Amino acid sequence: MDAIAEYLPLIRQGLVTTVEVTVLGAVLALVVAFVLGLARLSTHRWLRWTAACIVEFLRGTSLVVQLFWLFFALPFFGIQLTALFAGVLALGLNEGAYASEVVRGSIASRPRGQTEAAIALNMTPALRMRRILLPQSVPAMLPPMGNVMVDLLKNSSLVSLVTVADLTFNAGLIRSSTGETALVYGIILILYFLLSLVISAIVALLERRFSPTRERRPLLTSLAGRMQGVS
Amino acid sequence: MIWDNAFAISILPKLLQGLVTTVQITIAGMAIAAVLGLIVAVFRFLRIPVLSQVLGFLVYFIRGTPLLVQAFFVFYVLPEYGIAMSALLTGIIVIGINYSAYTAEVYRSGIEGVPVGQWEASTALNLPRARTWTRIVLPQAVRRVVPLLGNYLIQMFKDSAILSAITVYELMSVAKAIGQSEFRYIEPFTIAALLFLIVSVPCTLVLRRLETRYGTVH
Repeated sequence: MDAIAEYLPLIRQGLVTTVEVTVLGAVLALVVAFVLGLARLSTHRWLRWTAACIVEFLRGTSLVVQLFWLFFALPFFGIQLTALFAGVLALGLNEGAYASEVVRGSIASRPRGQTEAAIALNMTPALRMRRILLPQSVPAMLPPMGNVMVDLLKNSSLVSLVTVADLTFNAGLIRSSTGETALVYGIILILYFLLSLVISAIVALLERRFSPTRERRPLLTSLAGRMQGVS
Repeated sequence: MIWDNAFAISILPKLLQGLVTTVQITIAGMAIAAVLGLIVAVFRFLRIPVLSQVLGFLVYFIRGTPLLVQAFFVFYVLPEYGIAMSALLTGIIVIGINYSAYTAEVYRSGIEGVPVGQWEASTALNLPRARTWTRIVLPQAVRRVVPLLGNYLIQMFKDSAILSAITVYELMSVAKAIGQSEFRYIEPFTIAALLFLIVSVPCTLVLRRLETRYGTVH
């Protein structure tokens, strides 16, 4: 433990960067998710198809490829992104594509009668979405959205491959100067694990806040429930 | 010129070779994940004190930490204990174990989906515990979860690119190596992206058809 004591600030900096990348990526992913998810429910065929193609493209090619493409290949078009920006962009687009399926799926699975009633009340499609469908879909979206966010946190480690100094990157630095492989990577594995627990806790809190029945399960119980199982 | 066609064609064979390695990793990794996940799921179901909880925590821990860091951990730590394995083998084992945490949950949902009546009927027929598992429960559970396992197969195919970080020479490593030696990244990375797309999209479509035809449990 002494061997890496002097490197703790480096771990802390990495932790801050990882959290930063995750939060920025999550914000972008949410925007992408709702834009693509709603576009896929549109009545305009071309809009639906374009969105479907974008989602399939983002899901079909690996995140690593997208990240490397943005960072290494884009400069040939005269666009040089900073590593951090390329990382956040790749994460946000990729995870956003997965999250758009969550948005689309949970809105599409609302009971048909809700849409019909809104039409009968002469609501515009936009109002119907905003007042009727979305508020009902949010609770259904939360658990799978939480999984996407945990995924995003884990995949944020990939930005170390394009020289962003996050936890994984700094751990590599510390490892090469101290040789304490197991200790260093053990520490950051635990840190990542704790961060994913934090995300699960936030999702559990939101679930409680948005649950229609307002069931008041203690937070720890619902966390333990997530831990036991079905994600 | 931004895109050089002749160059793109000249690097295609190398990239295809990388794709073959990627597919090999995926198949071998999924074989590990499919078997190990089943073992973990069954052991968790048997509710052996301590062991079940330890397995449960391991599954949760693996799911909560990045594959990349797990790969680094194993790749750098094993040699310190005198265990020398090729990067490829290390990569396959790491990704296999990582995905077994996910497949274990899939099998669990499959086992839980087997109707209670099946268990009761086996008890009524006085079938031994082991026979109940191997002849009654598992055949039904496994069949139900095949489409879900297919999802993870496609996911693993894309995630195997992460193993390029521990010098596994798969598609992404090949593309990067070409980029570094030729100072041109557009062609290798774009072709790599297209190759991933060409394999994963048809697989996804086939899987979706299978899912709608045979149904699935969640």
